[in-house]
Amino acid sequence: MTAIDLTMVKWAQAQFALTAMYHWLFVPLTLGLSFIVAFMETIYVRTGDERWRAITKFWMTLFGINFAIGIATGIILEFEFGTNWSKYSWMVGDIFGAPLAIEGIVAFFLEATFFAVMFFGWDRVSKGFHLFSTWMVAVGSNLSALWILVANSWMQYPVGMNFNPDSARFEMQNFWEILSSPVVIAKFTHTTVSSFIVASLFVITVASWYLLKGRHVEMAKKSVIIASVFGLLSTGMTALTGDQSAVVNAETQPMKLASYEGLYKGTTNAGIVAIGLLNHDKEPGDNSDPFRFEIKIPGLLSLLAKHDTNAFIPGIEDLLWGNEEQNIMGVDAKMKRGQQAITDLAGYKEAVKNGSSDEAELYLTRFEVNQDYLGYGYLTKPEDVVPPVETTFYSFHIMVILAGFFLLVFLAFLYYSMKDNLEQKKLVLRAGLVSFFLAMIASQAGWIVAEVGRQPWIIQDMMPIHVGASNISAGSVQTTFFMFAITFTLLLLAEITIMVKQIKKGPRGE
Amino acid sequence: MIGSLDLTVLQQIWWLLVSVVGALFLFLTFVQGGQSLLWQVAKNDTEKALVINSLGRKWELTFTTLVLFGGALFAAFPKFYATSFGGAYWVWILILFTFIVQAVSYEYRKKPGNFFGAKTYEVFLLINGSVGILLIGAAVGTFFTGSNFILNDYNQVTWTSPLRGLEAAFSVFNLSLGLFLVFNARVLGAMYLINNIDFIGMPEFERRMRRACFINLLCALPFLLYVLVSLLIMKGYGVDENGVISLVAYKYLQNLLAMPYTLGLLLAGLVLVVWGVVLTGLKTGTRGIWFGGLGTVFVGLAVFFLAGYGNTAFYPSKVDLQSSLTIYNASSTHYTLTAMTYVAMVIPFVLAYIAYVWKLMDSKKLDINDISDEKAY
Repeated sequence: MTAIDLTMVKWAQAQFALTAMYHWLFVPLTLGLSFIVAFMETIYVRTGDERWRAITKFWMTLFGINFAIGIATGIILEFEFGTNWSKYSWMVGDIFGAPLAIEGIVAFFLEATFFAVMFFGWDRVSKGFHLFSTWMVAVGSNLSALWILVANSWMQYPVGMNFNPDSARFEMQNFWEILSSPVVIAKFTHTTVSSFIVASLFVITVASWYLLKGRHVEMAKKSVIIASVFGLLSTGMTALTGDQSAVVNAETQPMKLASYEGLYKGTTNAGIVAIGLLNHDKEPGDNSDPFRFEIKIPGLLSLLAKHDTNAFIPGIEDLLWGNEEQNIMGVDAKMKRGQQAITDLAGYKEAVKNGSSDEAELYLTRFEVNQDYLGYGYLTKPEDVVPPVETTFYSFHIMVILAGFFLLVFLAFLYYSMKDNLEQKKLVLRAGLVSFFLAMIASQAGWIVAEVGRQPWIIQDMMPIHVGASNISAGSVQTTFFMFAITFTLLLLAEITIMVKQIKKGPRGE
Repeated sequence: MIGSLDLTVLQQIWWLLVSVVGALFLFLTFVQGGQSLLWQVAKNDTEKALVINSLGRKWELTFTTLVLFGGALFAAFPKFYATSFGGAYWVWILILFTFIVQAVSYEYRKKPGNFFGAKTYEVFLLINGSVGILLIGAAVGTFFTGSNFILNDYNQVTWTSPLRGLEAAFSVFNLSLGLFLVFNARVLGAMYLINNIDFIGMPEFERRMRRACFINLLCALPFLLYVLVSLLIMKGYGVDENGVISLVAYKYLQNLLAMPYTLGLLLAGLVLVVWGVVLTGLKTGTRGIWFGGLGTVFVGLAVFFLAGYGNTAFYPSKVDLQSSLTIYNASSTHYTLTAMTYVAMVIPFVLAYIAYVWKLMDSKKLDINDISDEKAY
């Protein structure tokens, strides 16, 4: 193995966080707005009402502005695995490359082809084909989310694979297992339906602004109905899939669950902290209270995560130091086994090189005993497996609390739309005005929970982050970090000013 | 069915698929060619708008094809993906950068409040159409001239040039291939625009476009000639039955002779491109793009076949021959290639709907009305 430059690893991580988070500013809107536009156009085609055509075109313009920067920020992610994480790419390319390629074949072309029809085909193709194209853009966008999330889910829960000691790589054994893992299902559904909330709130924010200003009132009210129904349904689904995610986390990434719940000591009948302020100085094992302040609902965590209030939920300390009673092995022991696996793997490769097959066989047998702990062998101390608890905990709680707020927003907007007096409800409209920005925070927070909460692993339990990085100078990664940071920020500024101008301009043909 | 195929057959199938995607990308660089022609052929805002809107209906296809090229290489030849992207860092980063700025340019160029002004976005398009394609050409050139890397026992790459891939642009061969692709893209761009835009009432605009097609072919020719002659006489990186790599004199000439279909593709491709230029640049035809496009696909296929087939290392290392990548030592496993081959069966369907939509959308040429539409770029 080549020496690892940890400064480079930090910058590569920062760069991935930067590019992924920038990309994620635009993706949820694409995923949800594509459907909202499709709903609107469907109403236009079914009713023949020209007002719905104008509404569709207005939101479509905003969709296009957002879509372009989504593509710009997305391409780098496809290649960043290679540029910054080449050891990872080589070791898992067999498994990880496949969904990326499939994403291109089945999803990106749908988007790219039908996007042109959706925007420029109004007078070139039939009404029906145009509507079909709009739906295909929605389907294509969401399919692309599926495949990239298959890739991401595999890193969180590596199934359907085997480690090949000869090539020192992870190889695909079962494509279906990778595709249908519980993490994929939970992640795909939770990510897409929560993105529908973001897009619905975008519509509500823009419509609220119009209603507060008394402009384009009819268009705004019509749009609100679509957005609040879609948003309400999506909020319900987000709650269900969120619970499913917690169940899956309890099974596959208990450390992440313990971390975002701030649970240090495992227990049966574990409660959920609804609101809490963490003790900043808390270290695992120091017996201090993890919270300075907390409001706890007893039993709920066991109930939600294991569907049984008596179920034991391991805490950070149980997972770190082990818990014999619950049959949990400590990280120290896992590290020893992992180190043994690394030594035996090196011995095996050396023996194969020297042509001593008996010796190779011996090393291999020993390696296989410990290979499930391979990743732990690269850790320097047991505490490495604890993710940043505060970041994960607060991100999770911000996300959940905001989701509750969104539910109220959708209910209020739907209720007053039904009563047809929404434009008089200034407080509700003001809440609507800020809701999209809060939705962006909630959506980003969700990814922070998912990604920061699984540190230090690039592949859960199999490979820590630093093992997957490229052999490149920290300076190069630092330079590209700032290159992307500056470029994306400038493009974002352009996107925002264009978006604001278009919104001020409003729909045509009213 | 596919699972019973030999690993070598699957590796060859996947090199074929990667070559097809790569060759289609080269055809679709008519978008980049059109971008770099913008200032040369369009002299006023209307003409510019026509060019931008015409290309704007296709740019995502080119972009997506490039992304798929990367994705397919990752899935099928992960050692290449890891070695090249992680090694030739800067050349890839700069290529990607030109595509990042391209992606917003069509949508934002004419939108009010676009922060930088239309000209900046036009410069972005120019950079993508020139530097982007030049560097892609230089990167593909290293398939023949080799790169500076060493792989260790764990196949982890160490790049021995401090320029991290940019050194590719300092080889005359790579540079020539890059410049050929830039000019070829411009030839294709002019052909596409002639095919796509309604020039009624704008004879001068049409004349400039047709002239550009012809002139750019003339510009492309010396670089093409240099690349072709070099290919015929240069040493290549051959691999023997034990997987040992060595420098072989006249390797690519040998490949051409041993794989006559490659020679056929190359020659037919060149003739088709020239015929496309004759139709567009010297006559008054509008269908040159189909000949030029098909010709480019053929030439592209020939280039990729020469690099990957015939016991040749497609990503050779100059500094450590045995680190060189072949389609056999760089590929995914039998299982992955099998699964991916099943997935690839949808490719004809994808091509079919792209072709259908293309025909549907372009049956009526782009005219002044289209660029005054509220949705226009």
